[in-house]
Amino acid sequence: MTASATANTAGWRMKQPSIIPGFGLTLGFSLTYLSLIILIPVAGLLWRSAELGWSGFFAILTDERTLRALYVSFGTAFLAALVNVVFGTILAWVLTRYRFPGRRLIDAMVDLPFALPTAVAGIAFAALYAPNGWVGSLFMPFRIAFTPLGIVIALIFIGLPFVVRTVQPLMEEIDREVEEAAATLGANRFQTIFKVLLPGLTPAVLTGFALAFARGVGEYGSVIFIAGNIPYVSEIAPLLIVIRLEEFNYAGATAIATIMLLISFAMLLVINLIQAWSRRRYGNV
Amino acid sequence: MSDNRRTFRSPADEGFFTKLALVALSLVFLAFFLFMPLVSVFVHAFADGWDAYYEALIEPDAWAAIQLTLTVAVIAVPLNLVFGLCAAWAIAKFEFKGKAFLITLIDLPFSISPVISGLVYVLLFGTGSLLGPWLKSHGVEILFAVPGIVLATIFVTFPFVARELIPLMQDQGTGDEEAALSLGASGWQTFWYVTLPNVKWGLLYGVLLCNARAMGEFGAVSVVSGRIRGLTNTMPLHVEILYNEYNMVAAFAVASLLALLALVTLALKTLLELRFGAGAAGGRH
Amino acid sequence: MLNLTDGIGKRLLAVALGVTLAAGSIAPAFAASQLLNVSYDPTRELYKDFNAAFQKHWKAEGGDDVTIRQSHGGSGAQARSVIDGLDADVVTLALESDINAIQKIGKIKEDWRTRLPNNAAPYTSTIVFLVRKGNPKGIKNWGDLVKGDVQIVTPNPKTSGGARWNYLAAWAWANEEFKGDQDKIKAYISDLYKRAPVLDTGARGSTVTFAQRQIGDVLLAWENEAYLAGEEFGKDAFDIVVPPISILAEPPVAVVDSVVDAKGTRKVAEAYLQYLYSDEGQNIAAKHFYRPSKREVVKPELLKQLPDIKLVTIDDPLFGGWKKAQPEHFGDGGIFDQIYKPGAK
Repeated sequence: MTASATANTAGWRMKQPSIIPGFGLTLGFSLTYLSLIILIPVAGLLWRSAELGWSGFFAILTDERTLRALYVSFGTAFLAALVNVVFGTILAWVLTRYRFPGRRLIDAMVDLPFALPTAVAGIAFAALYAPNGWVGSLFMPFRIAFTPLGIVIALIFIGLPFVVRTVQPLMEEIDREVEEAAATLGANRFQTIFKVLLPGLTPAVLTGFALAFARGVGEYGSVIFIAGNIPYVSEIAPLLIVIRLEEFNYAGATAIATIMLLISFAMLLVINLIQAWSRRRYGNV
Repeated sequence: MSDNRRTFRSPADEGFFTKLALVALSLVFLAFFLFMPLVSVFVHAFADGWDAYYEALIEPDAWAAIQLTLTVAVIAVPLNLVFGLCAAWAIAKFEFKGKAFLITLIDLPFSISPVISGLVYVLLFGTGSLLGPWLKSHGVEILFAVPGIVLATIFVTFPFVARELIPLMQDQGTGDEEAALSLGASGWQTFWYVTLPNVKWGLLYGVLLCNARAMGEFGAVSVVSGRIRGLTNTMPLHVEILYNEYNMVAAFAVASLLALLALVTLALKTLLELRFGAGAAGGRH
Repeated sequence: MLNLTDGIGKRLLAVALGVTLAAGSIAPAFAASQLLNVSYDPTRELYKDFNAAFQKHWKAEGGDDVTIRQSHGGSGAQARSVIDGLDADVVTLALESDINAIQKIGKIKEDWRTRLPNNAAPYTSTIVFLVRKGNPKGIKNWGDLVKGDVQIVTPNPKTSGGARWNYLAAWAWANEEFKGDQDKIKAYISDLYKRAPVLDTGARGSTVTFAQRQIGDVLLAWENEAYLAGEEFGKDAFDIVVPPISILAEPPVAVVDSVVDAKGTRKVAEAYLQYLYSDEGQNIAAKHFYRPSKREVVKPELLKQLPDIKLVTIDDPLFGGWKKAQPEHFGDGGIFDQIYKPGAK
């Protein structure tokens, strides 16, 4: 963000009357559209789950299968996000600091998971990591596809760009002089990276982690093909919602959806808090 | 890696072998998680040769799925585009209470599981709801028809354009608009000749991602589609159906079209970045 | 796409239409009657053939051009779609209980099961084993499924109609084997499901897992699915083992009353289902490895591929019909939930 932008925003905070028109129209349309598409349907979901009553809601949530499904979803998403933090950060570093043939291509390809439909990713991963697939056969008799590990693999794919794309811009802005100063002061490269550079990147890495995690928890299309879908073992929460619907169990589907919705809302708040915190502390993410 | 040919390595730099190792590690990681899945889609699609591939795509149900996918995108993307412009105008050009909360609400679909995005419409328009039977008695079909698929798609692609434009327009402040207005331009002229050219690349970028997701959405659409062949099957659903019919070549053939779409999206995006600098298109997704 | 091929003008019109309306062929204006058959997974090939035959028949009988649309998916998921408003004229599902669920909300009249012969099941099927070529694990009967390190592949009985028939077939064998000893039966079923490395949501998913992904030693499958898999994946890849006892699976069909009355398609919808019982319909069913309900009208060479075995029905006192068996075995907290517990691995 440029200095002038900051000045401008600061200027607006003083509540000067605006001469720019269209506030009512644009905000009105935005709110109406938001209400029709998002708020009313989501409120409908919450309303339906409120009809269950506290005890009904609680009974579904504490059902062992529900708990296991939530555990699988959150656990695998957490692991995948963790892997992405490590490899995503390395990848961002390699892409910003090093020059090698094919770098631009790889930089562009990092966004593939944003653009590739999840169902396509799902069947590709299932074919690749199955016991008779290119990769899966290398690891036999150890099984990847149709186990929770398969879910983690799919979620690594889904979450990778979130980490790379939040960390990368910050790495580009690092002032080389800081590193050189650290080196002059006697720090070795290892110390410079871990004591000087990484702390500055922490908020970005955390944001990337949270985004990858939030996306992974709700992911469906790429996971169902590779998960094996065994209740209590590799059944993810979104699949359990679909299964409850197939069993005509609307209450069950609604309750699981509601808890996931509340958690994703909480996740968003956490992400915004991290960003607010880092803005205060480091200026910008 | 020309940097390394220097006799004395900068103290703020890693050694040649460290660099080599990191690049190699990144490449191996990407090979397993990005490149091999992508390549496998095309390999499977052409497993039985070009003719089988072509046959799979001109098959009437596949063709209908392609048309439906295009139709859905043609409706959903412009609507979200208009919303994105309105929301960004209201948020970036004015100060008002509850702005941060509004931004969080716009972000919500990013972190909601696609399955839940479909479920909310099933609950809203399904048989058990108030709205569904009433609309039905008036001859309006929402669920299991094209409108339901469009709604679910709008839901999941809701934030893409807005999220791209808000930071961009906030950065640009209101100076240009105020200047134009004081020179006697109308509000509409200001928007058309001043604001829009300023944000056009970011806008294009948002539309690109919105479109990719709209055409590729699986989870949400699978909950609201009646899976009627040739009528309510989108391309990703058709991929799943073919996959379940043991028709791997056809499944991967349709999938390869979607993968191609993803690659074109990435190529256009890279072009945009080259043209306009990474900053313009580097927003959060 | 648009059938306006006579005359260059019309062709141009068609092109113009196609360009201006991307949705042109998605929502075509249809004057003739249109049927939507909402069915379960393994019937795709059957209805592809049957629909073509019925269209010809209906036209020959003096009817109009009838377009038949198909929707396939897991039986439960399909029933759910119909309940939530998918306008199916006819449903041809895997389980009576799925049609009962639609009947409960009033879209189908209560007497649907008696409106057509043979409990409204024009064809039946059973559950057989698909094993790897040469049957390396020597699987002959249900008891062999729990011997040694045998791994089975079956869909999830909570979501798949076929999987419920699998479960009931195993139960029927165990009931005979253990002379009705409930504890032993449950122990057997529990052991059986511990050996499933994957529980797909539908029959089709399981077949892909077994045949394409090479997982497990034996697939519990619909008889017609087993033959179809043999054809699709090469006859030299698998053997079909028909156990001496299995279940008589009766996939029922019904007209969705509220829809056909609203659309005015009752006549053609009823004729459509009736035609499943005709000589041609029965032969088409047998050709796709379904067991015809009227064996006498079917060509002997088609019958030969469907060997006689002991088939226990769902209405046997052992199960007491779907209305009793569904909640008892597959309901929330039912027997399946009790025996399928975590920590099995």
